[in-house]
Amino acid sequence: MTGPAVDVSGLVKRYRQVTAVDGLDLSVQAGECFGLLGPNGAGKTTTIEVIVGLLEPTAGAVRVFGRTWGRDGRDIRSRMGVALQEARFPERLTVREVVTQFRSFYPKGPSPEALIGQVGLSEKSAEWTVRLSGGQRQRLALACALAGDPELLVLDEPTTGLDPQARLMIGELVLANRDRGRTILLSTHYMEEAERLCDRVAVVDRGKVIALGAPSALIGALGRESVVETIRRATLEDVYVSLTGRRLRDE
Amino acid sequence: MNEPPVRYNALIQMILCRWRESLRQPEGIFWTFVFPALLAVALGVAFRGNARPDPSAVVVVQDAGAEAVAASLARDGGLKVDRLPRGEADRRLRAGKAAILVIPGDPVTFRFDPDRPESVLARHAADGALQRAAGRRDPVAVAFQPVTEQGSRYIDFLVPGLLGMNLMGGGVWGIGWVIVEMRIRKLLKLQLTTPMRRRDFLLSHILARLAFVPIETVPLLLLARGLFGVSTAGSYAALAAVSLAGAFAFAGIGTLVASRAQSSNVVMGLINLVTLPSFVLSGVFFSTSRFPDFVQPLLRVLPLTALVDALRGVMTDGASVAAVSPQLLVLGVWSLLSFLLALKLFRWS
Ligand SMILES: Nc1ncnc2c1ncn2[C@@H]1O[C@H](COP(=O)(O)OP(=O)(O)O)[C@@H](O)[C@H]1O
Ligand SMILES: [Mg+2]
Repeated sequence: MTGPAVDVSGLVKRYRQVTAVDGLDLSVQAGECFGLLGPNGAGKTTTIEVIVGLLEPTAGAVRVFGRTWGRDGRDIRSRMGVALQEARFPERLTVREVVTQFRSFYPKGPSPEALIGQVGLSEKSAEWTVRLSGGQRQRLALACALAGDPELLVLDEPTTGLDPQARLMIGELVLANRDRGRTILLSTHYMEEAERLCDRVAVVDRGKVIALGAPSALIGALGRESVVETIRRATLEDVYVSLTGRRLRDE
Repeated sequence: MNEPPVRYNALIQMILCRWRESLRQPEGIFWTFVFPALLAVALGVAFRGNARPDPSAVVVVQDAGAEAVAASLARDGGLKVDRLPRGEADRRLRAGKAAILVIPGDPVTFRFDPDRPESVLARHAADGALQRAAGRRDPVAVAFQPVTEQGSRYIDFLVPGLLGMNLMGGGVWGIGWVIVEMRIRKLLKLQLTTPMRRRDFLLSHILARLAFVPIETVPLLLLARGLFGVSTAGSYAALAAVSLAGAFAFAGIGTLVASRAQSSNVVMGLINLVTLPSFVLSGVFFSTSRFPDFVQPLLRVLPLTALVDALRGVMTDGASVAAVSPQLLVLGVWSLLSFLLALKLFRWS
């Protein structure tokens, strides 16, 4: 594919009083894992919902696979898989039923059993979603996002609120999908996660991108400019603190 | 991938999931089966005997001459006569447990509320009994032939009303509530990021609803037949057609109710706004003829009135589909208008 998978320029999203996104630019290259990193309220969810065609931007342009929402909606949707922050599945449907339903929305894709297997939920496939743990629910969301064999995977805070083990598991699944050649756009407020999973990171604060680049480059740049602690390796957390003067609450 | 086409048909999958969800909700089962059945049984028993007012509860006030008056009244086998002191007698009359008080004396005084039909009947019965006991002879001999006509009892009136109520509840809760739940859970949003067609989404709700019509009607009909001998005078085909038309209209209204609401409180308020007045105004429990004439045309165009009237027409009068076409037309107009408006207003994300 030529050109970026996602291209956002000058994105503004204003609600009555709040400006959720305030002139944001980013582009996600095909095949990379791109992270939106920022604290709660930074504008990550709003940006993602504009990108996946759920919200109309107040200003700015969004292109996915080089196409715009509006005319090409159905085409974009069939090539993209999304997991939203806080989406909750029907309690009394089984894992298999939910995945089969999502699979039926797409023109092509793996079988529901294969999808469930990919996210390691085979043993739970006959279980109602209400009986799943937080990590299992998030993996179910991932299976649904993968249902159409997507080129682009968009995951809004896939690991928020999970215990470390569950977060590692989701992280491995994300990396496995990137290694299969999928493009991934994810948001997180965990620094170490962005560092570990993402090829490039946009640090978002108050609706704007305040730093953009490979995690190692961002950390390296920091090393040249400020006093580096020799005991502890510098992290993205330090990048954020040096840029904003604030610490990022890591829950 | 040689998969059965059903598996990957979005509309079929969505309908299947709606069914599974509904059938796995104990609350839903209660409101669909148990509650109407309980209502039918409770009201059917309470108003057994055609909801006939009971004019037989006559109380003779314990006073001079009470014994003679009571004896005279007792000669009419249809009267249940009690003798009580004045205070207790008045309390009974106020509570509606006595139809009339008879106060011995000259003249004998009848104390009753002329607005209560059973009291008026009791007055005539007691008067006649006293006059006959005192020697009046009726110039014309009459004989009585009591009949209990099936189809004219209160339970016969009630069952079509309960069916209509069930179909209305199924539509507004089964669609209105369910869609708003999906909106609150961000499931609607999530599904909109897939190539799912919006048309299929709405259609799945409507079709899933229509498939519930037998579940919402047949058990209640069977119960009413088994316990009270309520039968259907018209054809089952006509009954099915009317039920489907009603379910369709309320599916539209349910979709309209769900079109903008973003919280369960709002949708619950809207649902109550639709259903509670209907219970009173649409002739579910008592005939709409009790309302003044000038509001009758208004009541007739309410969706539940049209549905209940048509169900009653088929069940008690044996009406054909053609005979209830005015009601079907009303339901059709409601379906059309509510769906069009819902589509216009619907908040997708
Ligand atoms: N529908 C909305 N109406 C008003 N304000 C909103 C709405 N959605 C988000 N916001 C505000 O926009 C800002 C960015 O929110 P969000 O994109 O959810 O941030 P994040 O996902 O990074 O936590 C927050 O201040 C939030 O309160
Ligand atoms: Mg968010």
